[in-house]
Amino acid sequence: MTKKLILFSSIFAFLIFLTGCQSLTVLDPKGPQAETTADVIMTSIWTMLIIVIVVFILLIVMLVKYRARNQADDYEPPYIKGNKWVEIICVGIPIIIVIFLSVITVKSTYEVEGKPKGYENDEPLVIYAASSNWKWHFSYPEENIETVNYVFIPTDRPIEFKLYAYGPIASFWVPQLAGQKYAMANMVNTLNLAATEPGEYMGRNASFTGEGFAEQTFNVTALPPADYQTWIEEIQATAEPLTEDKFNQLLEPGRLGQETYTGTHLEFSPPPTTHHGAKESDGTENTEQEMNDSMEDSMEN
Amino acid sequence: MEFFDRFAVPNPTFTIYASMVAIGLTMLAILVGITYFKKWGYLWREWLTTVDHKRIGIMYLISALLMLFRGGVDALMMRAQTAIPDNTFLNAQEYNEVFTTHGVVMILFMAMAFVMALMNFVTPLQIGARDVAFPRLNALSFWLYFMGAMLFNISFVIGGSPDSGWTSYFPLAGNEFSPSVGTNYYMLSIQIAGLGTLITGINFIVTILKMRAPGMTLMKMPMFTWSALITNLIIVFAFPVLTVALAMGTMDRLFGTHFFSIDNGGMDMLWANFFWVWGHPEVYILILPAFGIYSEIIPTFARRNLYGYKSMVISIVAISALSFLVWVHHFFTMGQGALVNSIFSISTMAIAVPTGVKIFNWLLTLWKGKIEFTTAMLYSVGFIPIFTIGGVTGVMLAMASADYQYHNTMFLVAHFHLVIIPGVVFAMIAGLFYWWPKMFGFMLNEKLGKASFWAIAVGVCLAFFPMFISGLDGQARRMYTYSESTGFGIWNMISFIGASMLAIGFILIVYNIYYSTRYASRDISSDPWNARSLEWATHSPVPDYNFAITPEVQSLEAFWDAKKKGHKLFKGNYKEIHMPNNSGVPFIMCCFFFLLGFALVFSMWVVAIIAAIGIFSCMAHRSLEQDHGHHISVEEITKTEEKLGGAKK
Repeated sequence: MTKKLILFSSIFAFLIFLTGCQSLTVLDPKGPQAETTADVIMTSIWTMLIIVIVVFILLIVMLVKYRARNQADDYEPPYIKGNKWVEIICVGIPIIIVIFLSVITVKSTYEVEGKPKGYENDEPLVIYAASSNWKWHFSYPEENIETVNYVFIPTDRPIEFKLYAYGPIASFWVPQLAGQKYAMANMVNTLNLAATEPGEYMGRNASFTGEGFAEQTFNVTALPPADYQTWIEEIQATAEPLTEDKFNQLLEPGRLGQETYTGTHLEFSPPPTTHHGAKESDGTENTEQEMNDSMEDSMEN
Repeated sequence: MEFFDRFAVPNPTFTIYASMVAIGLTMLAILVGITYFKKWGYLWREWLTTVDHKRIGIMYLISALLMLFRGGVDALMMRAQTAIPDNTFLNAQEYNEVFTTHGVVMILFMAMAFVMALMNFVTPLQIGARDVAFPRLNALSFWLYFMGAMLFNISFVIGGSPDSGWTSYFPLAGNEFSPSVGTNYYMLSIQIAGLGTLITGINFIVTILKMRAPGMTLMKMPMFTWSALITNLIIVFAFPVLTVALAMGTMDRLFGTHFFSIDNGGMDMLWANFFWVWGHPEVYILILPAFGIYSEIIPTFARRNLYGYKSMVISIVAISALSFLVWVHHFFTMGQGALVNSIFSISTMAIAVPTGVKIFNWLLTLWKGKIEFTTAMLYSVGFIPIFTIGGVTGVMLAMASADYQYHNTMFLVAHFHLVIIPGVVFAMIAGLFYWWPKMFGFMLNEKLGKASFWAIAVGVCLAFFPMFISGLDGQARRMYTYSESTGFGIWNMISFIGASMLAIGFILIVYNIYYSTRYASRDISSDPWNARSLEWATHSPVPDYNFAITPEVQSLEAFWDAKKKGHKLFKGNYKEIHMPNNSGVPFIMCCFFFLLGFALVFSMWVVAIIAAIGIFSCMAHRSLEQDHGHHISVEEITKTEEKLGGAKK
């Protein structure tokens, strides 16, 4: 009986692994950060599969072999207190597995938090991504343009997304390029990523923000550097300027299509002053300055 | 009219109006029914005023089943809505309300109540006590929970349901983004129920530490009692955090403070931290008693002692300590950096070690046993494979870098359902079948029970395995709909089919209760399973005083050794038994709590002040009251024992 169940669940488990290898978004990375996470996921799946198989086999053996029906009527199960060696194995092997996975975790976490592998020495492109109910605003301070609900990035160049929110906590997620990070009202988070292949990638808010949450998505288009440059110049030549009034209108709760402006909202609606996870650019020397800033802020309020 | 406007539901639909009518009619039918059958006196004397841990346990059980129905309907609605792409069965607002109430009801009002039900009923019996240490507080705990649950449940017909998720993250849950009273209901009803839980925690720690039968040292306690002790310790450490967080949240919403707001120095991240400092231990508050139940049932039906008792005890103690050190893994993506995330990744994965020890010990308990597949045992061994999959995916989620991709996706939803359902729900159903004869003096039908197991086990797999896939394919949780081009449709449809099978399984259980109540034989022994611990040494159903003579314990499996080795449990003769009196004060006090909660939800200050005065009056009454309990005479004990089938010697 239980065998059926076990067979059933293992078939399902295998389904995940088999279909998972190529076609699933998260396991189809297009940049070094997502590649790292995809590798970690696959390694952990295989490791965990060993444990699952061991437990399933042990369970099946026990249930079949020691079933009352398969035993003599007068069989009295013995009293077994426990065995030091068995317990050492039961503790020891999981500890070894956990250590193995810990090493992978720590290494890969530092990797995805830092600059993308292979682009350590390149100058990153900084893009501010702010969430508001239920939109994403992308500001390019260097290029001096702003887009809503879509973002263009050059391939083969590290991108630094500076994340924050007007309103509830949102989670910035482009599964094929990198894992998530929160966009919050009171601090700026940094997400590092790079795209190795040109293409269109799905991006969305993954953290529930209320009524329009399901549609709070955006498109990421990765272009070869030359095409990207053309796009920038085109926008700079054709788009309307973003005024403060216009930006406040954009912030109103609701859904919007894709929009494009010259200028950014950073001048009149600057991002929060506290930074997290951006060691190189906002290192210790800035902290004191920031603390003073925020203290002044709270005094004013 | 303005006064009444506030009670209107902000997003009324036909179903809500229909529910209002249905609720009104049901209430009326209950009131008329009780009056017609002249049951008011019975209800008041035997149930509303009772301080008996067994009756309180049964009331928790009934409430848990009611809440399971409510939460289950919510779940079915969610699965039905997402079964096909671009579905319009529910709109976004309705879906948000439904998943919020599903989470709160299932965790706090169903699973917690179920755990409390079995802990209340079983623990005093297992340690050979006559009741808990503070019987009246125990009644207070139950009524606080019950009133909290009721307050939460009326939200959808009066004022509107909460809609910011069961985690209610600020600033989303603040007034600016959640202007309806729904989140007030969330804050206040969980607060009221949480106070009850905290009181239970203190009550049971004292009970287990001070009221064990003579000879029952800590290391001779049955595993379920151990798990109850550790669970209640976690409650006492974790729930005050929730109490404080909810109080701060309430003040933000009602009095304009700025603890969690995004302006004026508020810190939205603080709520997430508080919530999970309580929330993660809460998971273990649910799962440890479940582990305790499995540790009772598996040895009983493997006909063998529990393998590695000592390592089982050490592992639950280890789990309880670690449960407080992992809360950050719920928001690795908040940007605290690689170092902090690495530390919390490792502490989270460390929990896999003691949990693994427990799994292997249960497997080794089956070794050389003589396994009998009763319904309770089926649920217990069915738990192992499904929970293992849920557990190992938990280890995968613990790896911070990978979690950046799993966070807030259906992968996470699949994981926690695959630990909570086999871990908690299977255990509660197994415990229900196992202890039912002790509660009511008859057994639940085994055939229907096994059918329910297969429906539920297959249903769980079908409902939640596909979510691993859709999660890895980019489906975020809490999305009320998705477009066809995403390709999530097929996985969600399978999920819906699984959820329907789960529903069938639960209906089978309810039908089983009805069927067995009508047709099952009342002529069963007090030990129908040939079990091993003390609760089976007294009559079924259990008399008021539990044991006519307090048992004396010499070994870990006291009752088993009494049967097999001839240890004598009950020595000496009947003596007068001192028992606590019933009291209506806990019930009345909690009615005031309900009123207080309701008044605060709608900012009706005068009513709130009156209710608060009522609460303090009840407390003052208790302080000034002379109540020394009552005594059951030797003759009465002899009479009761004979009626129940002869003295237990």
